[in-house]
Amino acid sequence: MTVTLFIPCFVDSLYPGVGISMVRILERLGHRVVCPEEIACCGQPAFNSGYWPEAREVAGPVLRRLQDAEVVVIASGSCGAMLKVFYPQLFAETAQAEAAKALSPKVWEFSSFLADKLGVTDLGARFPAKVTFHDGCHGLRELGIKTAPRRLLEKVQGLELVEMADAETCCGFGGTFSAKFPMISTAMGEVKCAGAAETGADYIVSNDSSCLMHVQGLLSRQGSPIKTLHLAEILAQR
Amino acid sequence: MTGREKILGRIREALTVPAPHPGAHDAHGGQAPHTSFKGRPVHVARGWMPPGGDTFEEQVVRFRAASTELKTDFRFVGSRDEAFTELARIRDTEGWKSVATHRAEQPSAAAASLGLPVIHTDEGYDVDALESCDVGISGCDVLVAQTGTVVVTNRSAGGRALSVLPPHHVVVATRDQLVRDLTAAFARVQETYGTGYPSMISFITGPSRTGDIERILVLGAHGPKKLTVLCW
Amino acid sequence: MTTHVQDFLAQARVVTRDLRHRGLIQTALRKYETARDRKKAAFNDWQSARQAAAETKWDAINHLDTYLAEFADKMEARGTQVHWAGNAAEAREIILGIIRSKGARSIIKSKAMTAEEIHLNDAMEKAGYEVVESDLGEFIVQLRHEPPYHIVFPAMHLTRDDINELFQKELGSASTREPEELTMIARRALRRKYITADVGITGANFAIAETGMISITENEGNARLTAALPKTMITLVGIEKVLPKLEDLALFLPMLATAGAGQTITGYNTMYGGPRQPGECDGPEEYHVVLLDNRRTELLADPEQRDALHCIRCGACLNVCPIFKNVGGHTYGTTYSGPVGSVITPHLRGLQDWKHLSGSSSLCGACTEACPVKIDLHHHLLRNRRNAAFGEPSFFERLAYRLFAFVINRPGLYRFAKEAGRLTEPLQKLIRNTPLDPARAWTGSRDLPPMPEQSFKEWWEERR
Ligand code: SF4
Repeated sequence: MTVTLFIPCFVDSLYPGVGISMVRILERLGHRVVCPEEIACCGQPAFNSGYWPEAREVAGPVLRRLQDAEVVVIASGSCGAMLKVFYPQLFAETAQAEAAKALSPKVWEFSSFLADKLGVTDLGARFPAKVTFHDGCHGLRELGIKTAPRRLLEKVQGLELVEMADAETCCGFGGTFSAKFPMISTAMGEVKCAGAAETGADYIVSNDSSCLMHVQGLLSRQGSPIKTLHLAEILAQR
Repeated sequence: MTGREKILGRIREALTVPAPHPGAHDAHGGQAPHTSFKGRPVHVARGWMPPGGDTFEEQVVRFRAASTELKTDFRFVGSRDEAFTELARIRDTEGWKSVATHRAEQPSAAAASLGLPVIHTDEGYDVDALESCDVGISGCDVLVAQTGTVVVTNRSAGGRALSVLPPHHVVVATRDQLVRDLTAAFARVQETYGTGYPSMISFITGPSRTGDIERILVLGAHGPKKLTVLCW
Repeated sequence: MTTHVQDFLAQARVVTRDLRHRGLIQTALRKYETARDRKKAAFNDWQSARQAAAETKWDAINHLDTYLAEFADKMEARGTQVHWAGNAAEAREIILGIIRSKGARSIIKSKAMTAEEIHLNDAMEKAGYEVVESDLGEFIVQLRHEPPYHIVFPAMHLTRDDINELFQKELGSASTREPEELTMIARRALRRKYITADVGITGANFAIAETGMISITENEGNARLTAALPKTMITLVGIEKVLPKLEDLALFLPMLATAGAGQTITGYNTMYGGPRQPGECDGPEEYHVVLLDNRRTELLADPEQRDALHCIRCGACLNVCPIFKNVGGHTYGTTYSGPVGSVITPHLRGLQDWKHLSGSSSLCGACTEACPVKIDLHHHLLRNRRNAAFGEPSFFERLAYRLFAFVINRPGLYRFAKEAGRLTEPLQKLIRNTPLDPARAWTGSRDLPPMPEQSFKEWWEERR
């Protein structure tokens, strides 16, 4: 299968390791990976802030470039939800309405692509550590992804998965929300970190780097020993 | 134009554009699956609710579980005499001195069996006198197994206040009044009264309670501190 | 003059740092969640029951004219006086008119969010009447001269010590830390009020069209007493509260209790179909039902968000909302707080003045998942944001998004921006979390991730 890998802008510029891990995993599984250079952002910041015409300026070209893809795999549940769930709304009653609808079923978040679409959970990974999993809200509630990442983690050798209280509670990132309402975003993140700390885990793992950027930012400011890691980076470990 | 016409007019104008069907937004897989209810009567939805038990025995078990969870003192006995014996026992432990009830066969017989001064609410009553009674004994329409609920109306239970003003409310019921669930309870109420409903129908589950202070349960916030259901 | 958004931000800054508040609310709502999950599990099929509730409310709201007329006709047929209030001022006038005509002095109220919405207590007190809230939580916040903190748990922000202190000061009661004793102090203070009040005012949870009844859900029995003892009873109810049939309650009563409070069913669910009828021994001589529009028809006119009128005010969306939990109920500055408040307040009180509530959400969707009538809450927040930006776009924000689009659509420029970010990183570190830092909204509480040597795309290029 030819997989078009969509690496969102913040993963590209801040977390290249996440994208690299995904490429390695997909290639190991025998798929051809393409990664068009022009595709950089799904347009979510403008969309979530209500600036839909500006969001279409970013999303329109993305939609055109992904038109012929066989499957699109995205390195973030949030951007995945944008393409899969929100593009049809964003482009409703525009010339690209049909294209948005046609793209939706071809879009997969990375962990769900592996576990649900390909039916692969054991990637032969090894990662001896205690981890707790944070469900990114968009992946969880817009895309209905709950078990896929856990099924993948269970197969990782040496890894101990412990659930934290309120694993499904938002970490407080929320895109532009985190900068527009920093005090609320921070308080939410503190609650999240406290829940994770209670489990005694070494790592908070998620399938969304955006949540992790926020959580890691708080942890390192607090001087906490807990680290964050994207699921793909664990799955690529040998 | 009257207020009524104005508001109804605004509503009609607002409704000229149709709204999407409910649940349309959860088609993306983000939500758990559901069965559509469209166009079907509410008793279909009944199967999705907490169960009430299929047999009489099961229903008694359910009623007991649900009502005692909410602190109802439920006593299911073999006969009316036994029920009255239970009642006398409660009278003695609580030291009742006066009783309020209404003129219906079972409640007034129950009250009379206690050998205490009795107030009847039927022809009007003095509020202070009713309030100072130790117990209000009333009949009821239905007992609901599913939720442990007692259904009373102001006709079946001596008015609006008898079941809430005294500190202890005792309900006397017969076993044929026990039904499976709320749907059956509403059907029974509709059967009993046709279109001539009493002005109050109350579904009572447990004694008066509050959790307004630190979410800690306290009984007897305003209404009765105790609710006893005697059924035979 | 401060604006609503400034008030919101200022208050949020204080409350989000109040660790006592955080602990109190987290603990209370954890307890709620455990109870709710247990009660949800007792349903044979909670999701299908939600769908049935949503469809029933959809039917009611999308035929509101028919059902409301039926409700009013049936009510009137049994001697209830039905009033129609277009807005808050009209509703206050109607209610004050009734009170005046009865020559009343004291008024007992049971919990009614609609009364909060129209600031009824203020109006009655200004007109010289004594008004007493009878629900314990409402009684407590009334003594504190505060609005309710939460639509279902009005005093959940207070500890027993706060309440003890309040009662000592306001009621002269003896000091106690026992919730039981505190409740009994209130019980004694309120008992006489029921007996002496001339008028009882209630809200309503449902209005049943088929039989012309209102239905009130409560645990304490205070509404029962309010509806039993005073000679005149008034119910103030929003027009959206309609349900088509009496038996619909078989669905809604358990769902309201489960979603809202983690109960099987609420203690008292009582239907009132009129004043005292011939042959009945007590109850009010007069019964007035006031139907309140107050811009609900404007929300109704928006088909996209019409389902927000399905709301049964269970409070579930507040209980699961991480924003609510962290900023608390009072920060919103609205009658209806939490997700549902953030959705409907812009409709009820002006989009531009209240759009910050729709902005103040991470769009996590916990509310939508919790809502027993399946209102598309978090997506409505997005729609409010879209409508607000369309109506009055912020010049700078729009410019920023345009600039962003310009850069991101040009790989060369985007690469250059990344390079610039990397080169200026040492400088950013120098000004981090100072007033010079353009990213201070972030860096005030969080570190930024270090810029890697190579971006993913650079790696990809190199590899090819
Ligand atoms: S919007 Fe839904 S969850 Fe929130 S109060 Fe209303 S009915 Fe309850």
